[in-house]
Parts: sequence; C-alpha cells; structure tokens
Amino acid sequence: MDVKAKNVLEQRVYANADIFEGRMNAPLLKVEDLRAYFFMDEGIVRAVDGVSFDVQPGKVVGIVGESGCGKSVTMKAILRILEPSARIVSGKVFLRTRINSQNQQGDEELLDLTKLKPNSKRLRQIRGAEIALIPQEPMAAFSPVHTVGNQIIETIRLHQDVSKDKARQIAVEAFRAVGISMPEQRIDAYSWELSGGLRQRAIIAMALSCNPRLLIADEPTTAIDVTTQAQILNLLRNLQKERQTSIIFITHDLGVIAQMADEVVVMYLGMVMEKGEVNAIFKNPQHPYTQALLKSIPSIQSASRIKLPTIKGSIAHPFNRPKGCPFHPRCNRFMRGICDIDIPNFVNISETHVVGCFLHSKKTLLPTADK
Amino acid sequence: MEEVKANSVVQSPPLLLEVSKLKKYFPVYKGLMRKVINYVRAVDDVSFNVRHGETLGLVGESGCGKTTVSRCILRALPATDGEILFHADNGSTIDLIKLNRRQLQPLRPQMQMIFQDPYGSLNPRMTIFDIVGEPLYVHGMRKRAEREDKVADLLKLVGMRPEYMQRYPHAFSGGQRQRIGIARALALHPRLVVADEPVSALDVSVQAQVLNLLLELQEKLKLTYVFVAHDLSVVKHICDRVCVMYVGKIVEMASTADLFNYPLHPYTAALMKSVPIPDPLCRNEIQELPGEVASPVNPPKGCYFHPRCKFAVDVCRNSPPFLREIVPNHFVSCHLAEELQLEGI
Repeated sequence: MDVKAKNVLEQRVYANADIFEGRMNAPLLKVEDLRAYFFMDEGIVRAVDGVSFDVQPGKVVGIVGESGCGKSVTMKAILRILEPSARIVSGKVFLRTRINSQNQQGDEELLDLTKLKPNSKRLRQIRGAEIALIPQEPMAAFSPVHTVGNQIIETIRLHQDVSKDKARQIAVEAFRAVGISMPEQRIDAYSWELSGGLRQRAIIAMALSCNPRLLIADEPTTAIDVTTQAQILNLLRNLQKERQTSIIFITHDLGVIAQMADEVVVMYLGMVMEKGEVNAIFKNPQHPYTQALLKSIPSIQSASRIKLPTIKGSIAHPFNRPKGCPFHPRCNRFMRGICDIDIPNFVNISETHVVGCFLHSKKTLLPTADK
Repeated sequence: MEEVKANSVVQSPPLLLEVSKLKKYFPVYKGLMRKVINYVRAVDDVSFNVRHGETLGLVGESGCGKTTVSRCILRALPATDGEILFHADNGSTIDLIKLNRRQLQPLRPQMQMIFQDPYGSLNPRMTIFDIVGEPLYVHGMRKRAEREDKVADLLKLVGMRPEYMQRYPHAFSGGQRQRIGIARALALHPRLVVADEPVSALDVSVQAQVLNLLLELQEKLKLTYVFVAHDLSVVKHICDRVCVMYVGKIVEMASTADLFNYPLHPYTAALMKSVPIPDPLCRNEIQELPGEVASPVNPPKGCYFHPRCKFAVDVCRNSPPFLREIVPNHFVSCHLAEELQLEGI
C-alpha cells in the first residue's frame, strides 16, 4: 500500500489511512465542502457553495431542491464534467475505487476526484465503470445516428477487455435485466424508435452495463409520465436491492425522494440546508425551508380546495444571492441581525440528522464548517 | 328519472360550456403526393359539460388528448367534428365550431387561456404593460392612460407591484411570469378560463402560490376553469369535477371526491396508485401499470385500455365500451365497472 502510494503520489492524493480502516463501513463517496463557481462576464455564480455529504455503500442518497439549488452542478462537479465557465474552487470528492475495475474483489484505493484532470485517463476509467450517470433527458442522451446497441457496446468495450460479440451479449443481458422485451431485436433500434419509457430503460441498461458501484440519477423520471415513472422507480429500486449499487438520486419531486431515498440532502441556492435519514427529514424536519417545502406541496392524500401554506417570494437570482443564510428573505422564522449576517453552522440534531440554521445554533456565529 | 333530472337542474348553476362528440383527427401523410394514409385520433368522441363557476379537470398521460381538447374549445385548433356550445353572457347559445374568424372575435373576451410555459408564452420584446394591455387594445381600449390604469389594477389583482409594468419578462422569475400570464388572461373579464398545465413548469415552492392565486381569483371573479394537468395531486387540489382521458377518450368522469375515493375505471385506479406519495413510511411497492399507452394512430380493438388492464376479459378485447352513468353523476367507460371493486385514495 505504502509503496504504491509513493509511486503515484504526485498524481493521486490519498486520504488519511484512518478512512481506510474499517473499510466496509467507510463511505463509497465522500464530498467535503465542495464549491463550484461559474465565472461569467456578468459576475460569479456560486452554484455549489460548501456542500458535504457521504454516500454509504448500497445506500440511496436523495438530493432534493428547487431549480437553481445546485443539485445538478454538484453531480457535474463530482463527475468533473462541468461547463468550461465553471470551476471547482475548493473542496474534495473522495471516491473509494477499484484499482482494477474488472476485478470486483480487487484492491481499493481512495481517490480525490478533484485532483484529477477532467480528461485524464484515470478519470475516464472511473466515469462509466465506477460512477455511471442516468441523465435527465433520455432523448438527448443517445445519439440518433447510431443504434442504441452500438452505443452500449462502445461503453462496454471502453471499460472491459471483451470481444465485440461478448460485449453484445452483455448488452443484451443488460437490456433483459431492465425489463426490455425482445432485447435481441431492440438492441439494434435507434433511440428515436423507442418510446420514452423504453429509452429510459435503455439508458439505465447502459449505465449498469459496467457494474458501477455508484449510480448518479439526475431527475431520471422528470420527463416521463406517471405510470412509466412508477415502472422506472420500481426497476431502479429492484436493481439497487439486487446489486447493492449506491445511488445519488437527484430530483425536485418530494414524492419520489420519499419513495426512493435512504438519506436526504435538502439544498437551496447552492447550500445544504438540512440532511439526514429519510424518516427524520420527512417526519421531523428542523429547517424552516424543509418544513415549508413539505407543507406547500398538494398531496394526493390531502383535502381538496384548501388554501395551501406557501413560501413567500421566489428563489433569488443567482447573481444576487442574499447575504447570510440564502433562505432568510423567504423564511418565516427570520431573525434580523443574525440570519442576514452570517451563514449558519451545521448542528447535529441526532447522529444522522444535521441542520444548518441559526434556530439551532444561536450565538455561534462562525463561518461555515463541515458538520 | 324525469324528477331526478329536474331536481339536479334546480340545484346546480347554469351550464357554460357543452362539448359533445368532439373529434379532432390529425392526418398522417405519406409519399410525394402527401396521400393521407391514416389519422391520429387525438380526440375521439369526447363529451362533457362545464357549469358556471366550477373547475373541470382534464387529466391523463401525455398523448391522451387533453391539450387538444382545450385548444379545440378555444378554437386554437379547428375541430374535425362535434359541437361546442358556449353560453355567452347575453344569454345566447353559440356553437363555436361553426363560427368563422370574424364571428368568433366578439366572443374571444369571454374565453381566455393560461399557458403552460411561462417562458415561452410572454414575448421577450414586449414590456409587461404591452403584454397585459394588448388584449385590452385589441378589444377597443385605445387610450393609453386608460389601459395603464387597467393594467395596474390587473397586476395588483395577481399580487404584483404595478411599478413593474415597464419591465420586460426576463426580469421576472417563473412564478411571477405565470402571474403576468394570468393577468393577461383576466384582462377582458372572461367567463371561461382554460388553463393548460399552468403550474407544471413551476418550482414546488412557487406552485402553491399560483394554485392559491387561481383559487382566490375564481372566488373573487366567479371564474369557470377548464384545468388541464397531468399531476393528479394538483388536479385533486383544485378541481370540482375531473375527466380522466386515455388515448383520446374520456374513460371516467365524476366529482373529485367520488373519483378519488371510489374510482370505477381500472385506469383511474392505476393512475392514482402510481403517484409517489411524499411519505417515507408509506413505502410499499409502487403499483405499476404494465406496458405503454396505446398509439392513437392504431389503437387496439375493443377497449383501448385492455392490453394493460389486469381485469380484461373477452368482451373488453372485442367491443369498445361507452361512457355510462353508473352512479348519479359518475360516468365510466368500462364493461366491468359494476363488478370491479377498485381501491381509491
């Protein structure tokens, strides 16, 4: 271990050995105080500003937030596929990764993804094989001029040393696993020949074809109908149970989060407001934003034609994010002189439940820190 | 039977809109000669009534024809066949389908539309004053000062500051833009407002504001809404009555409470069961509907829903069902409606 570490220390940064101890319980992905800003002519947009969370092996972490909260930028920063105008300013993204991606039981190393070059060989090995992405728009994700099968076979052959025929077999198996009927025929279809639900299944098959240990699903069901959504959610749930894949599930739909996630990260304007175990977040929310958000959604189970409790105002424009807690202008428990001055610390409500709000950390006006 | 009918007429408010046997087919062309080879039956024999002051919801998955129905009502699309009777404020009843452009013009103020996409529906080169004032100008309010007063009132009505009148749409957030769209729709005091997915493009925290605004305005201005949506939670929240559509046909129509508590069509029940509930403790298997929505070009024989229906029997595969009134004011188009015991919410 030490020898190997020395050899590659210049390109790879290993974390402290203590994270390696108790390997089975260590998180698969650890995001620490991640900041990704967009540098534009009009100014700087702090799209992700100090986000920290862990993804444990075999768990589903839901990132929930409204538009502009930075949930998709977080995903892009982890995969290092940010737009050219954006940069990771600080923070670390540790991934426990297999040194040899084809050997399931092989040695592991801890990589800081932010230290790798976005186009480096190592990172390209990780994308697709270790971390796979299910993008939001299944129509845009596939190229319309190649068959779906060829695109999946290309992915497989990039990461695994197999023949074309073998790769095709793997792809057909992947199609079968996601419940596509007649996989041998469908694999030669173009993406525009498939319906929305099938296309989303094909994307999932592609994402799972290299047995990634972490799956990032960015609004995977937003563009599809509710009956298809139910099918896709069930599919993801079953595949997750079967393969023990960790999933980062990004969505704005609280219903989907409640049904899918083990842990929830609530974001607002680039910051984590509250995070914790799913029951704690839904049953005992501590941040005024989470509380208001949960109350303001009409539920299929709630009464008709009542006045919904609302959150006043609208989401601030990213160029003029409010000082202090980003939620304070809309907060019903706003404290003048506290919330509009500083950013609150994270306070532990319980071992698995953390909230960033001055209601819980009065008088501790320190700059942001983790935990 | 006669007595029951007479009673219900006395109790309920007058009819505003009667849609009967509405059809909208889009031709499918092929070849150089653009020969019509088939039709997309987007709306196929749809009938419903809307009473004064109520909110009728049209709900269904994409491609079920709900938007096409709403566009046909406003004559944004010419209907292929059928009747749309509109009860105008002067007491006359007019079939909108038979009117030409000029005859339709004086009726336009009475029916207006709220659009889905608050980004696409406001011209970025026009100020808010121009956008909200345009319908006023078109319908005869030519004095600028007069229009300014009116636009200021309208903006106040939808909860916006009148000072914003000279700004352009890009200066506003999605929720504010949707308020501007609502102000424009209300500028001419319409009797009927057709809202096509008015909140589906909005953020969760803003969605509640707009839904509340729509409910408030309805009470204040005695509006009648035809509310098109795919989100059952939103439909349940805002509608008095709901039509569930599937592949161009209404499969079930009832009051919101009846529909959600005692659904009679297997599709309605399945639709409700597929909505993810925002409660981690109700996390049982999401009940899913197998297969996909049938194609409106080449729909299956018999009941369009039978390939996905777990209750389907021979009669469903062979003969199409018709919309029947099984319980008073609860219409369903299913052969087995009397026998099935379906679970509501």
